[in-house]
Amino acid sequence: MTATGDAVARLVREEYARVLATLIRVTGSVTLAEDAAQDAVVRALETWPRDGVPDNPRAWLLVTAKRRAIDHIRREGRRDELEAAAMDLVDPADEPPETVRDDLLRLVFTCCHPFLSLDAQVALALRTLGGLSTTEVARALLVPEATMAKRLTRAKQKIAQAGIPYRVPAAEELPDRLDGVATTVYLIFNEGYEGRRDLALEAIRLGRVLAGLMPDEPTVLGLLAVMLLQESRRSTRLAADGTPVLLADQDRSRWDGQAIKEGVELVGVALRRSADRPDRYAVQAAIAACHALSLTYEDTNWSAVVSWYDVLVTVHDTPVVRLNRAVAVGERDGPAAGLALVEGIVGLDGYPWWHASRAELLNRLGDKDSALAAYERALTLGLNEPTAQHLRRRIDDLG
Amino acid sequence: MTTYLALIYNTDQAWHDDVPAAPSEEYNEFARAAAAVLRGGNALHSTATATTVRVSGGKGGDILTTDGPYAETKEVLTGYYLLECADLEEAVKTAAMIPAAWNGGAIEVRPVVHFG
Repeated sequence: MTATGDAVARLVREEYARVLATLIRVTGSVTLAEDAAQDAVVRALETWPRDGVPDNPRAWLLVTAKRRAIDHIRREGRRDELEAAAMDLVDPADEPPETVRDDLLRLVFTCCHPFLSLDAQVALALRTLGGLSTTEVARALLVPEATMAKRLTRAKQKIAQAGIPYRVPAAEELPDRLDGVATTVYLIFNEGYEGRRDLALEAIRLGRVLAGLMPDEPTVLGLLAVMLLQESRRSTRLAADGTPVLLADQDRSRWDGQAIKEGVELVGVALRRSADRPDRYAVQAAIAACHALSLTYEDTNWSAVVSWYDVLVTVHDTPVVRLNRAVAVGERDGPAAGLALVEGIVGLDGYPWWHASRAELLNRLGDKDSALAAYERALTLGLNEPTAQHLRRRIDDLG
Repeated sequence: MTTYLALIYNTDQAWHDDVPAAPSEEYNEFARAAAAVLRGGNALHSTATATTVRVSGGKGGDILTTDGPYAETKEVLTGYYLLECADLEEAVKTAAMIPAAWNGGAIEVRPVVHFG
């Protein structure tokens, strides 16, 4: 593909979700809108590199897709009302920006609707909001293509036949529903956290779309911030052989300063906007920011980190959050204090990092036998090979 | 006279976007033959369209939904309501008001096929 071809592909993909979102409203059918939008995309990829990009690419795509939708309806002899609705579509160039924005919001909340399984939400978000093809979604989520095609078809079938509404939730439902949207996007990000950079970047792209749509929502800003701040460390998280590098040992000069700057600014806004009830993602981002802003591991302000974990526990109390808090307390007050907290957490016996954290703290306290036993227990809990190799190296270091 | 519910169990009907315009001739034949006793009936969309609703913490508690049909364990079908709702959100809210939703049971909500 030529450079122009690449630029066109990028532009088309950026507009795809908006065009699709409007078409769903107009035609009332996700499947029909998707077929039509897909046809328009193919047409654009064929003609734009040759004839040049039209002045208003979105309007071009929308008009083309609308014509395709009308063709589809005629060919299949569907109900007249559908056809009329499609015909009635106002000139897309005249659509007020608020309508386009609302369409995209409807699409976001429909794809991430809690009546769909989380698997279906993730697949739909990547397919419709992310504009990935079914093949790309299947590849991204490591699922056979036929399985993914079936999952997407079923999800769309459920939206259409069971009547999942295509609308933005009412104000009183918004916090819950936004939480659901954030969960879906953060799940995509975490799928991409270990090595799968394409998925992590896709999640950040979705996060940016959400932040553009809902610039006042702390959940959305916090979500984007936490993803950017975690992503800023990507190039240093793994050694050349694929084994993980601890935060203490990462080369901070290679952290992505641009992502950190953007993330930190977003955290500030998100926290100011959620002063009454801190947002979970904003607080997680604040913790990530504490690390991102420390020039060295030794400079880390552990008091600040522990304080943020105290806040996080009030809004998102999970055993893993408590474990992370305990490790931070260990850095602030010494290994004995950290170990006491780690050992007080119930429910993590099957979680390798609970055992590995215990091992680290036991080692620092000089109890090498107990540390060895804890590392060995962690190794029985199904870690991936690079991580297991990292732990075996820690065992070797015990001497 | 006693009123009976005849429940139809079969392999999952995977209706696609194009739901058949009418019931098959076999079913029409049954409907004609049983017209004197039939008080109504519906075909349902596939289990892929199902949402299972439970309420935790008693009446008016948190509504918990699962994507998919009710997975049968020791409970059995004990009744049904037909709901006419604007969309699935309204149907789920209504289903969550049925006592079985918090009395250890669950309500499976599935759309009825409207033969065009």
